[in-house]
Amino acid sequence: MKTIFEQSVAGREGCWPCEGMAEEAYIPKDLLRDGDIGLPSVSELDVVRHFTKLSQLNYSVDSNFYPLGSCTMKYNPKFTEVAAALPGFTRLHPVMPQLRGAGGLCQGALEVMYEIERLLCEITGMAAYTMHPMAGAHGELTGVMLMAAYHRDKGNKKTKVIVPDSAHGTNPASAAIAGFEIVSVESKDGIVDPAALEKVLDDEVAGMMMTCPNTLGLFEKNLPEVVRMLRKVDALLYYDGANLNAIMGKMRVGDVGFDIVHWNVHKTLATPHGGGGPGSGPVGVSERLVDYLPISRVRKREDGQFFLDYDFPKSIGYVAPFYGNFGVYLKAYAYVLRLGGAGLTRASENAVLAANYMRKRLSSHFEVPYNRTCMHEFVISASPQAHKGVHALDFAKGLLDKGYHAPTIYFPLIVPEAIMIEPTETENKETLDKFCDDLIELAEMVDSNPEALTSAPVNLPVTRLDETKAARSMELTDDL
Amino acid sequence: MPFVPHTEDEVREMLATIGVNSVDDLFAEISADMRPKSFDIPEGLSEMEVLSKLEALAAKNATDSVSFLGAGFYDHYIPAAVDALTMRGEFYTAYTPYQPEASQGTLQAIFEYQTAVTRLLGMECANASVYDGGTALYEATMMAVRKTRRRKIVVSEGLNPIYRVMLGSYTTNLDVDLVTVPHKDGQTDLAGLKNALDDSTAAVLVQNPNFFGSINDLTELFAAAKAVKAVSIMSVYPVLQTLLKTPGEMGADIAVAEGQSLGMPLSFGGPYLGIMTCTKEMVRQLPGRIVGRTTDTEGRTGYVLTLQAREQHIRRQRATSNICSNQSLCALRALVHMCALGEMGLKRAARVSMERAHICAERLTAIPGVEMLTKGTFGNEFAVTLPVNAFEAIDKLAERGYIPGFPLGRYFEGLENGLLVACTEKTSEEQIGIFAEMLRGALK
Repeated sequence: MKTIFEQSVAGREGCWPCEGMAEEAYIPKDLLRDGDIGLPSVSELDVVRHFTKLSQLNYSVDSNFYPLGSCTMKYNPKFTEVAAALPGFTRLHPVMPQLRGAGGLCQGALEVMYEIERLLCEITGMAAYTMHPMAGAHGELTGVMLMAAYHRDKGNKKTKVIVPDSAHGTNPASAAIAGFEIVSVESKDGIVDPAALEKVLDDEVAGMMMTCPNTLGLFEKNLPEVVRMLRKVDALLYYDGANLNAIMGKMRVGDVGFDIVHWNVHKTLATPHGGGGPGSGPVGVSERLVDYLPISRVRKREDGQFFLDYDFPKSIGYVAPFYGNFGVYLKAYAYVLRLGGAGLTRASENAVLAANYMRKRLSSHFEVPYNRTCMHEFVISASPQAHKGVHALDFAKGLLDKGYHAPTIYFPLIVPEAIMIEPTETENKETLDKFCDDLIELAEMVDSNPEALTSAPVNLPVTRLDETKAARSMELTDDL
Repeated sequence: MPFVPHTEDEVREMLATIGVNSVDDLFAEISADMRPKSFDIPEGLSEMEVLSKLEALAAKNATDSVSFLGAGFYDHYIPAAVDALTMRGEFYTAYTPYQPEASQGTLQAIFEYQTAVTRLLGMECANASVYDGGTALYEATMMAVRKTRRRKIVVSEGLNPIYRVMLGSYTTNLDVDLVTVPHKDGQTDLAGLKNALDDSTAAVLVQNPNFFGSINDLTELFAAAKAVKAVSIMSVYPVLQTLLKTPGEMGADIAVAEGQSLGMPLSFGGPYLGIMTCTKEMVRQLPGRIVGRTTDTEGRTGYVLTLQAREQHIRRQRATSNICSNQSLCALRALVHMCALGEMGLKRAARVSMERAHICAERLTAIPGVEMLTKGTFGNEFAVTLPVNAFEAIDKLAERGYIPGFPLGRYFEGLENGLLVACTEKTSEEQIGIFAEMLRGALK
C-alpha cells in the first residue's frame, strides 16, 4: 500500500486549524528552516481513506481472538473511553494544581487520582501507590530506584538484584539501568527453588524481582520461604504485576510480604492501547518504603479538599513530569468501579478457568512441559513437531491464517519451542473450543502437509517478511 | 456479571474437562496463609452509574477558564479526524506488532510516523515513541553516555526545569555528573555552555526555544561539542519546528521533543508522547521500537519491527533500555494530526500562535511595570516580569476565570515576579484584550 507521503500533491490542502496565515516577520531569516518540511499535502478524505485502509490490515481484540501470553489481551469495554474523553478531564492543563490556590480548579481530577490509588492499595494490600510511571517497565525502573533509595538511606551497601530465569526481559533490563548488577537464579520444576536461591543470596543483594504466577503460568508455591530468606539479608521483594489478572481477590501481594509491586493497568484493568501503548504502570509499596515514593503525591485535607504534596525529603524525585498517564488510569478507575470486588475476583477466576481448560484440551497433541494446574496462562512446546521440521513460529503463522492473533512464541526462554497461551476471561467457550480444534488440526498437519505450515501465512496482506533484510538495509523512513 | 461470557453449564463442562470439582480447586496452590487479609472493594456499578459518577468528577474541574498556561504543554486545536481514525478498534485494541503479517496497519503507520518526525526535525532516524519529552531527554542522555563512555553531562538551565529534575532523579544511582550552566536573564548562555565543554563531556543538553521562550541558533555550540567528541542533544517544540531552523541543520546528534502538541489533549499530564530522533550513526543506541521496510517471500513491500537485538526481550540486562510498552497510539495520533493538517495546516497553526503571542506580549508590556524578560526572538511563548509576585497576579485572575500563565518563581529563585505566558491559535485576540485589562486592573 502506498504511503501517505507518496499520495502527497504539492498545493493540496488538508484541514485548517484556524483562519489567517500570519507573516513570518517575527523570526529573523537566519533562524528560519530551509525549504519545505516534506509533510504530506493531502485532503482530509485522503487521510481518512488511508488510515481506514491501514487499520483494516491489522488484527485486534475487537476483530480477532488474541491469546498473546503475558500480554492479557482481554476485551476492553467501550464505556471507559467515554469517561476518558470527558472535556472536564481532557482540557485540564497539568500544571494547574501547582498554581497556588488553583488546586481548587481541578478537584475532580485529584479525586480520581486519590481514589484509584486507594483502590489499588486495597486490591494488592499495599500502603501507598504512585500513579506516575507511564508503563509497566517504567514502573519496574521506579521500583528498583525505590529499592536503591531505601538501602542508601539505611546505609546498606547493596549492589545486586536477583532475577529468576523465568522473568520478563524487562526485569533484568530495569535493574541494570538503575545501576545494579544482575544475578540470575534457576527455576526448578518451573518455579523458584529456595535451594538455588540460597546459593546466590548474600548481604550485597538489594532485592529480588518476582512474577507470580510466573511466565510459565505457574504459582510460586515457595513464596513464603522466599520472603523469609530475603528478609534475613534485608533484601526487598519486588512483584512484577504483569500477571495480576490471575490473582485478584485470591492473593494480595502486600499480605504475603512483597515490598514493591507494579501494575500494568492497561492489561489487568482493561485499558486498550493501540500498537503497544500508552500504558500505565502504578507502583505500590509497603509501609517501609512510603517515604521514598516519587513526588508529587495527592493528599486529602480534613475539609475534604485534595492537594498535591511535594514535601517528601527522602523521595526519589520525579520519574515523570506530572502524574503519569492520567487518561489511561482514569479508564482503569472506571473499570474497577464497574466490576467491583466480586467482579474483579470473577475476572481472575474465569481467566484461570479458561487457561486450564485449553491446557487440558491441547495436552493430547502438544508437549506441555509443566502439565499441572496453571493460572491465567500456560506454555506448550512444539519440540516434538520441531524434530519433524515444523517450529513454534510455523504454528504461529498457521494460526494467523486461521484468523487468530498468534500466541507468544519462544518465550519464556527456558522452554524450547515455547508457545505461550493466555485466553483471558472475556472469550466465550465457542471461541476457546474453535481455537483448540484449529490448533490441533495444525498439529495433525505436521505429518500430512507440513509445507502448509512452513509456508504460512497465505491469507494475509503479506506473506512472511524478511526481517534480516530489514535490519541490514535499515530503511527506516520513506525517502523521497 | 460484566464481560465474562461463561454460563453455569459451560463452567461445569469446562471443570469436567479439566477434571476438578470447582473453580476454587484451581487456586488450591495458594495456601490459607497466603489468602487476602481483606478485599474491601465497593460493589460494582452499572455502566450508567459509573459514567454519571465520572461526569460529576469531571464537572468539578474548571475547564471553562481561559488559560495562557504552556511551559512546554500546549492547547492546540486537534482536527476531529484524529479521534475518528485513531479510535478505530483495529488500531486501538491491537498490541505490539509481534506478528508483522497481521499488523501491517500499525507497522506502516509507525514507519510513516518515523518519516514525519525525522522530516519535521531534520534528522535521519526515529524510534516509535517513548513515554514523554522528559523521559526522551533522559534516554537521549543515556545514549550519549553509552556512545562516548564518558560521564559529564553539560545541561543548560534553559531546559524545562521539570525535565532537569527528572534527569537528576534518574541518574542518582549512576556514575553520571550533571553540570548545569545557569541561564542569563532567561537567555540560554551559549558562551557558558561552550566553556563547560571538555574531553570528558558525554553530551550537551539544550532546549530551543528554551523554557522562557527564547530562540537561538545552536550551530556553533554543537560544532564546539563535536570538536571534543561530545554528543549534541536538542529538545524542541515540534509545532514551531515547522518554521525554525531544524536540529539537523544546526548539527544536533539527537533531537527530542514532547509530542503532546501534535494531536494529544492536555489530559492532566498524560498520555503524552516522547519524540526521539537521531543521526544514522547513533541509531543502534536508540531505545524502544523501530520499524523498518522490507519485502515478503513474493517480493511485496512490508514492514517489521527491526534492530530488535538491542531490546530487552533479547538482550535482557545488556539491552539499550527497558522500554517495552510504548506510546504507539500517541504516535499514531501525532501522525494523523500532521497528515490531517498537512504541511500548510501545521505551519498555519504555528504562525497564528506566534502572532497571537506577539500581540499578547505587546498588550502586556504596555501595562506600567510589566517588562519583557524574554529577549530577542520568541515563538508562541514568552516571559514577562511583573511589579508583584506572579502567584499573586495568578490568584486574582484565576478567580475571574483567567489563568494568566506559569509562575517562574516555582522553579527559579530570583524570578518570583516572572510570568511565562503562552498563546496558541485557539487564543483569540479578544481574550488577549480581556487578559491585559484584567492584569492592568490587578496591578493597580
